[in-house]
Amino acid sequence: MIDTLTNTVLFVMLVLTALAIVRMERLFAVVMLSSVFSLLSALLFVTLDAVDVAFTEAAVGAGISTVLMLGTIALTKPTAKRSRHTAFVPLIVVCVTGAALVYGTLDMPAFGAYDAPAQMHVGPDYLARTPDDIDVPNVVTAILGSYRGYDTLGETAVVFTAGIGVLLLLSGLRRRREDEDEEV
Amino acid sequence: MIFHHLILRVVTKLLVGTIILFALYVQFHGDFSPGGGFQAGVIMAVAFILYGIVFSLESVKKVFPEWLVHKILALGVLIYACTGIATMLLGYDFLDYDAFAPLHPTHGQHWGLLAIEFGVGVTVTGVMVAIYYAFAGRPPSLPDEDW
Repeated sequence: MIDTLTNTVLFVMLVLTALAIVRMERLFAVVMLSSVFSLLSALLFVTLDAVDVAFTEAAVGAGISTVLMLGTIALTKPTAKRSRHTAFVPLIVVCVTGAALVYGTLDMPAFGAYDAPAQMHVGPDYLARTPDDIDVPNVVTAILGSYRGYDTLGETAVVFTAGIGVLLLLSGLRRRREDEDEEV
Repeated sequence: MIFHHLILRVVTKLLVGTIILFALYVQFHGDFSPGGGFQAGVIMAVAFILYGIVFSLESVKKVFPEWLVHKILALGVLIYACTGIATMLLGYDFLDYDAFAPLHPTHGQHWGLLAIEFGVGVTVTGVMVAIYYAFAGRPPSLPDEDW
């Protein structure tokens, strides 16, 4: 009962935030609202007992990306450009996609069902083996670090590559401009 | 400029240490509680970014210079990969942490997890701070009054 209430309230707030973001023109407010949106999603993850994901969403979505978006606004313009196109076609596309997604969820197992495919495959195996193999209470860490250590190494490499990419794009450009200035 | 935002500056000075302490807790307590290297790295980076926002980019670069950020960005991946190579040198599979304590495999797993989580945390801290430096280091086109 209380779960349903919490979920309903959070989802309503999520939708309201999204609508407010669409209506806004001042980008500063948009960035702040998307930070709120991230915080609300983090709360939703907490109600789903996915605390690790909630943690990441709160830190990255609400924290770092807000700062980076603010930094981007400082480099560009504080207001959104008005679109000259009508919003009719995008609205239809969004409605059709949304309806397709909702139709897709009709076939999904009920929320929290014990016989959902996600609970039947390798999940129980990991849960049963972790105390003997690794003996850490947080099974998420055990799976990410030990059973799936290769994947996490790959993810770390992806984070590293992304960082290098941004550095090349942003700081490389500045150096080239300075060089051109020197040549002139 | 430096005399502006007195409350923000005092609160930031109080918070930064606490945030770093919390990041270390998330980092090294990841086997027992939610979180791990990725979350800890982001929280650690937030401490420096907050300091940079409230004081200035120059003052945070004095604490955490740009060359060091660029070094640790790569160091984390190296720590992770070298953990795997170490297990191979000890005669086990790549990233099979049993190698660190053959008589007590779960202890080996604990040490291996600590090592790789540390690697992840170091890289994520480096990447987040580096991206922030890259964004904040460019001259803003928007004057302060236009916000």
